[in-house]
Order: sequence, then structure tokens, then C-alpha cells
Amino acid sequence: MAPSSQPCCPSCSQTVQPAAGPVQEIRTTDSRITPANRLDHFLARWGVDRMGHRVEPGLYRLGNPTEDSPVFASANYTLSFDALRSALAGHDGYILVLDTNGINVWCAAGKGTFGTDEIVRRITLTGLASVVRHRTLIAPQLSAPGVSAHEVLRRSGFKVEYGPVRASDLPEYLAIGRATPDMRRVRFPAADRLVLAPMELVHAALPTVAGAIVLYLLAGLPAALGAVAAVLAGTVLFPALLPFIPTRDFSTKGLILGGIVALPFSAAFFMETAASGWAGVPAALAPLLLMPPVTAYLALNFTGSTPFTSRTGVKKEIFRYVPFMAGMAVFGVALAVVLGVARLLGVV
Amino acid sequence: MFDSYRENTLRYNPERCFGCLRCTEVCLHGVFAEKDRRVEVVRPEGCMECGACARNCPVQAIEVQSGVGCAWAMIGAALRGKEMDSGTCGCGGETGSCCGGER
Repeated sequence: MAPSSQPCCPSCSQTVQPAAGPVQEIRTTDSRITPANRLDHFLARWGVDRMGHRVEPGLYRLGNPTEDSPVFASANYTLSFDALRSALAGHDGYILVLDTNGINVWCAAGKGTFGTDEIVRRITLTGLASVVRHRTLIAPQLSAPGVSAHEVLRRSGFKVEYGPVRASDLPEYLAIGRATPDMRRVRFPAADRLVLAPMELVHAALPTVAGAIVLYLLAGLPAALGAVAAVLAGTVLFPALLPFIPTRDFSTKGLILGGIVALPFSAAFFMETAASGWAGVPAALAPLLLMPPVTAYLALNFTGSTPFTSRTGVKKEIFRYVPFMAGMAVFGVALAVVLGVARLLGVV
Repeated sequence: MFDSYRENTLRYNPERCFGCLRCTEVCLHGVFAEKDRRVEVVRPEGCMECGACARNCPVQAIEVQSGVGCAWAMIGAALRGKEMDSGTCGCGGETGSCCGGER
């Protein structure tokens, strides 16, 4: 049973009355991905107008649906909505776009905005029960952390069926009437990992440029390049190579990758300073101490973008490795300062 | 060594299970499997604590402290002096987002 009235959003006290018929007009969409859509996807991937990639919530007609056509739930994030409608090319149906504040299905489910309350509310607002004769709603499997299927059934009369993880499996899912075990498992292939790299890079860009400029002024071009290389390793190389780097913890993977990337810098600094006596060894050590913690920290921060790290594990990683990374960095900075002072004093 | 993900907060009470198999449907990592009209935990180490199974279990046979396994969010919360487990991920905030997945 639907409640008689409910708040329209958690932050306001206004209530909406469930209506008997469709209270929102049904919009129309299709399966085409236009150049404008592709540009929108590209900008979303680069974090341009991060929260602005939205679809109007409500009910959408796809193709020529009848009252027996399937209904698919989606988030009001353009990447989610477009993945769904393009996967359904040649199919007739309805798409129920929930208001997830422009956030993708998985993250919105984690926050609860792609959740039981919003589904029940949107079913009521769109008058879905009078649009279709059946009472089944196909929701993405990735929405399950936010949706309680039995609660939705109890409150709206609609049975939630979890579709496959990937929208691209929907045609097969519809053809055989169920999801195969393979469709139920999340994968994180290179393409899915690399598409996230721009966002990681954008996050790190400002401090990296600032750091590189400071390093350039204090220690010269190679040091500035070292900073850029450590960040690129953590934001681009790391996602690309994730499954191939040894150990399971992201921090240790990052330390290993950062160490490898630091090696040429270490060798170059050694060559440069070895002629002037004792300074060769600390100069070679500095990049080995400074670059891996930067890469490792960025690698650790990639946990939230992956579909397999648990909160318990990530917390353990933070307590285990962040102090170690900080220690390495502090030691590296101290070493660099000593070297710099020695150079100023003309000792080396 | 170097595996912080071996333990998690997933707890399953098989006596409550009546075999609806919802958990096997929603789990992304094949943690549950059907056996003798009930469910058993076959890959506990695969659990990422998303909470989908517990939320969709009609008889509360599954318990898990679900939350976002995101260092960015946890470190951010810690730096702002908040509880690390407050679990609010930065996605959707003004400052940006950790997750950009097409999901």
C-alpha cells in the first residue's frame, strides 16, 4: 500500500499526494546516440559541469510500447540513461527515470537516492499503474544496494526484477527471460578502467601543476617532471595496469608502480651528481622516496572508483599505509632539503 | 601479506533462509550460491560490503555493515573531523566526485 502522502524530498516538508492517473506527461525518447550525446559523455568523463549531465526524471516512451511492454528503471544521469536506451534499440518499452540528482546508478544506490522511496514515489508521480497492465519493474542490478525489492512490492504493488549488471546484456536478458550468472557478475575491464582516468587526472591537475612549478623553481626541470610522472602513474598508468600489478592492496600496488616509475629519475639524478662525491646517493634516493608515496596515495584513492573494494578493507589500508606513505615523503623532503642546502653552500 | 580485504562484516544466518535466492541475484561477486533449496556463502572474500543482499533479504538472514569502499571519501571525512564511517561519498558534492562510472 502506498502511503497517503510523503515528503517530496528529504530536505523539505512539502508533501505530494499520490494521484490515480498519470500526473506527469509521458515523454518520448529513442535509442539513437547523437553527436551531441557523445560530446555530453565526453564532457562528463572529463568532469566538465560535473553535476549537470541530467535527464528530466519521469516516464519515457521508447519505440511503440503497449500496456504490456516492459518498464525499465534508470538514473537521471545522461551516461546511465543513454546506456539503457541505446542498449534497447529495436525494443519497445517504458523507461522510468528516477531523480538521482544526476548521479549514476551505482553511486546513487549507495547514497540511497536510487532507492526504494524514490521508486515508489516515481511510480506514483507518473501514474505508472495506469500506463501498463503488468506490475513488473526491471531495475539495474547495480541499483540493488539502494533498493529493497520486497519493500517496493509492498508499498507500490510493483515487483522489482533485477536486470543484468550491464545494459548491453539487456537484449539477451529479455530474450531468455532471466540473467545468466555471467550477466550478474561485475567486471572491470581495461576500457572501463581507462575511461575513469580523465576524471582522476582532473582531480589531481591543480596541485600537480602547482607542485611542478615550485619544484621547477627550486630544483629544476627533472624534479618537476618527476612530480608529473608520479601523478600520471597514479591516475593513468595505475587504472590501466590495475590487475597486473602484484599484491591485492591498492597502496602496495601504487608503491610498486611508483617505485618503477621513479627508477629512471633516480638513475638520472645519480649520474648528474655522482661526479661531485657523496651527493650521488642521496640524490638517487630522493625520487625513490618522494615519487612512490604520491603514486600510492592516488592509487589508494582509486578504490572508490572500482567495483570491488570493501569499506572494511579500504579502512584497513588507510591505517596501514597512509602513515608509511607520509613517512616516506617526509624523509624524502628532508633529504632534498639537505641536498639543496649543500648545493647552495657549494659543498657539492 | 598486503591483502587488507580478506575480512569483512558479512554475516549470514542460514537458519533464517527460505531460499528466495534474491541474494544470489543481486550480488556482483558471486558470494552466495544455492544449495539444497537454501543459500550458502561460497566466496566470502569476494564481498565488497555494498549491502545489496542484506537490503533485499526479506527475512533478515544477512547482515553487513555496508558503506562506500572509497579512500577518497573516508580520508576526506577524517580531514574534516568527521567519523570515517559516516559513509557519505563525495560524489554529487560541489567539490567533485570520486566515481565516474557508467553504472
